[in-house]
Amino acid sequence: MTYLAKPKFHHPSLPKNEVGFTRRDYEGKVSTLCAGCGHDSISAAVIQACWEMNIEPHKVAKLSGIGCSSKTPDYFLGNSHGFNTVHGRMPSVLTGANAANKDLLYFGFSGDGDSASIGLGQFAHAMRRGVNMVYMLENNGVYGLTKGQFSATADKGSRSKRGAVNADTPVDTVSLALLMGATFVARSFSGDKRQLVPLIKAAMAHKGAAFIDIISPCVTFNNHVGSTKSYDYMREHNEVANCLDFVPSRDEITVDYEEGESAKVTLHDGSVLELSKNRGEHAFRDKTAAMNYIQEHQVKGVIVTGLLYIQPEATDLHEHLNTVDVPLNRLTEKELCPGAAVLKEINASLR
Amino acid sequence: MLHTTSQLKPIEVVNDFVVKFATINGSGSASANELFAKSILRMGVPVGTRNIFPSNIQGLPTWFEVRVSEKGWLGRRGGVDLMVALNPQSWDADMKEIDPGGYLLFDNSKELPASSFPAGITAIGVPLTNICNAAYSDARQRQLFKNIVYVGALSFLLDMDAAVIEKVIAEQYMKKERLLASNVEAFRLGRDYAEQNLKPIGLRVRTSDTVGDRILIDGNHAAALGFVYGGAMVCAWYPITPSTSVAEAFQTYCSKLRIDPETGKKRVAIVHAEDELASIGMVVGAGWNGARAFTATSGPGISLMSEFIGLAYFAEIPATIVNVQRGGPSTGMPSRTQQSDILACAYASHGDTKHVLLFPEDPHECFDDAAAALDLAERLQTPIFVMSDLDIGMNQHLSAPFEWDDNRLYDRGKVMTKEMLDAGTVFSRYLDVDGDGIPFRTYPGTHPTLGGYFARGTSRNANAQYSEAGEDYVYNVQRLLKKFETAKTLVPQPVIREAARPAHAGVIYYGSTSPAMAETIEILEAKGLYLDRLRLRAFPFSDSVREFIDKHDRVFVVEQNRDGQIRTLLINELDINPSKLVSVLHYDGAPITARAITDGIASQMTACLQRKAG
Ligand SMILES: Cc1ncc(C[n+]2csc(CCOP(=O)(O)OP(=O)(O)O)c2C)c(N)n1
Ligand code: SF4
Ligand SMILES: [Mg+2]
Repeated sequence: MTYLAKPKFHHPSLPKNEVGFTRRDYEGKVSTLCAGCGHDSISAAVIQACWEMNIEPHKVAKLSGIGCSSKTPDYFLGNSHGFNTVHGRMPSVLTGANAANKDLLYFGFSGDGDSASIGLGQFAHAMRRGVNMVYMLENNGVYGLTKGQFSATADKGSRSKRGAVNADTPVDTVSLALLMGATFVARSFSGDKRQLVPLIKAAMAHKGAAFIDIISPCVTFNNHVGSTKSYDYMREHNEVANCLDFVPSRDEITVDYEEGESAKVTLHDGSVLELSKNRGEHAFRDKTAAMNYIQEHQVKGVIVTGLLYIQPEATDLHEHLNTVDVPLNRLTEKELCPGAAVLKEINASLR
Repeated sequence: MLHTTSQLKPIEVVNDFVVKFATINGSGSASANELFAKSILRMGVPVGTRNIFPSNIQGLPTWFEVRVSEKGWLGRRGGVDLMVALNPQSWDADMKEIDPGGYLLFDNSKELPASSFPAGITAIGVPLTNICNAAYSDARQRQLFKNIVYVGALSFLLDMDAAVIEKVIAEQYMKKERLLASNVEAFRLGRDYAEQNLKPIGLRVRTSDTVGDRILIDGNHAAALGFVYGGAMVCAWYPITPSTSVAEAFQTYCSKLRIDPETGKKRVAIVHAEDELASIGMVVGAGWNGARAFTATSGPGISLMSEFIGLAYFAEIPATIVNVQRGGPSTGMPSRTQQSDILACAYASHGDTKHVLLFPEDPHECFDDAAAALDLAERLQTPIFVMSDLDIGMNQHLSAPFEWDDNRLYDRGKVMTKEMLDAGTVFSRYLDVDGDGIPFRTYPGTHPTLGGYFARGTSRNANAQYSEAGEDYVYNVQRLLKKFETAKTLVPQPVIREAARPAHAGVIYYGSTSPAMAETIEILEAKGLYLDRLRLRAFPFSDSVREFIDKHDRVFVVEQNRDGQIRTLLINELDINPSKLVSVLHYDGAPITARAITDGIASQMTACLQRKAG
């Protein structure tokens, strides 16, 4: 068996979103991942977020590297174009795709081996450039697809299924993303859909490099006692820094948190993020404060999840390159070719 | 002061000689040398120039060779008629290169022992240091103007028209009055000294009109301009000698030629990537997303790109790669030229792969091939390599002017549009619908419900669905072979020239060997040795290449690498009997010379003739 087609049966009474699609329209092929794999929950969250955000599926380009996590784009948004590239190099392909057409919504899916081991460089540089994208790292601390070796995000002292103890310092992808210039940085947990879905929506509305590190347990190779990326460990050590509600620009703001408990962030398109459990008035926009906050908790062995940093007025690659408003891939001979008369002048200047 | 160190008759020629400047990197000689070459061109005499430089910013020896040839032989000839020796470090080696009866120009501010000069040449001393020390007080000026002073002296020795040179200086410093005046003054210092103390030598430049409408430009600038005209929308690159100036020139041209007049914004995205893994990744991403994209690199970059090249080949993504080849392996000779990445590019990446290569012979073809590569990449949905080299890329060459037909449309290849999908055309991403091996593709974002697919490097069926079924895999890779057959008919065809008399032997060559080969043929014919010749312009080889080889008893294959890589490719791809193809190789890092090719071919041809006679 190599390929599983999902039956295309649409119940007539399935609700449609504002652009006329049902939730089923955002699904993809049947997942071939292990039952219970955290990555599948992330796929479900992506489907829900896109449906609720009224995204037209063909306006999305989903790119990934190599790994169990990188297979997931085949399991959602079946009508969207996708590109399963090479191990650790999704960021460069996404950057090039984005350069070609600024009008699509770019999703980058990756694993911790993909982004923190082999692809650490590309991960960092895509953040530096402010590529307008939603980069989701499905972080399980191991290489799932090659059967359970430690990845570079495995915590020091954590134990592998075979009993080996990891001695190396982990790469903390959220700190790194912050440092490298990502303008939306969050961490979440595949098991917390209530937090994850609005985070994905907010990242989609954000213009610039948005990064979400999602702890996503590998049930087959890293869900045992001694692992620091298991479901149990996550439930015990997760401190939910905030829960957020995402309010699209056209909707009325109805969510209400208690006085002093919430903070509002308005995004460039007018949509609003309403955050509960606010850790202080400007904390979300202050890079140093965000960095300290992450580090302080890390020392205590606590994994904070939620939105950690946002710069709502961020700029992106195209602004940095000062490209024209129309997507470059739509330009024609008329705009691209200077013509024979200009070439004649160039020839004359070379004599 | 003029003294002859032997009785050997000094060389006497008009418009047919080689001048070589031996200087120190970073001493400011480059622009003076170019001034010299350009002035000869302005006198209507063709010149071929070669920079031979170290991988260094300052201090190491560097050379500039000028081939003056009214007949238009613009390759390196070999040997030197006049050596301008200004670098003590390389003095001994430089002396050895002077042809018997040749000339030497040197700085005699300090007296040199007689043993410094080889026998059989004419040595001409000009006190460059003393002249400059007397004229300038600033140390930097003393050094810099020495270069212009020797151009002044040379202009008299070679009987050149001073007015022409002064006009070229005026053009160079058009907007810099002060520099203009001081440069003309330095030129005069040298010229006056020579007029008062020396006599013109046996090498003469005489006004002619054989340059025609040709232009002087290096191949990297030409390729960059070709990409502007060919419609490149995305460029991603990482600096590496000798390819760096392709992307830099592209950037410069785009800042003039790709600006939206209303908004001032750019009609191009140029990304300086973090390495070659990223630059090719960006090109592949852009290509997948419907943009014409290219990168420029050299050997080490190709090695890093290999994994992606396999992906682009297998997932069928257009990508254009300029490889400005240099001496390998590893860092090798980074500032020297070779044609040694032929096999690395033809079969780049793991698994069964074959790629389209184009072999430009000069800047004119760099321009054409750059634009053609963008078309071929989209037509064939595969990586295309433009195989330039340091000699073509970084040296200015006299070449035919660029041409562009305003009616020319870009070939965007087989792209299924929203209209076609709405009209009910069935989209199968990897199905051979036309029998040419090339499937249709869709751009992301085309249609809300139709035409989407998941591109991947993993095996799939014709509908782009993951499949490891043997028959799906075999169908796919066989179709890729068929596509490669189709490529034969689309790439530039070889250039075949028959000898003046019926010939039993032929010669195959490509790329930067071309100008030296033209001279070689004439020398050989003068010796009574006749050869038909075929210049390869692309891989895969079209049928006429096999026909050419079949027609001849023996075929010389001239290349600038150690292992005879094109010969290997010919044997492997066309199933040629290896004994029929005789390698003539040159790979010391300097551009191939007519003398080297002539010696290589003549020795073997005469041996063969003698065997036949005996
Ligand atoms: C160049 C290269 N080296 C090695 C591999 C083998 N490989 C495939 S997936 C993978 C690790 C994947 O780990 P991760 O990114 O964490 O994804 P996961 O499977 O855990 O979701 C490796 C090493 C490869 N595909 N390519
Ligand atoms: S091996 Fe781990 S990461 Fe891969 S599918 Fe199974 S549970 Fe998920
Ligand atoms: Mg992993």
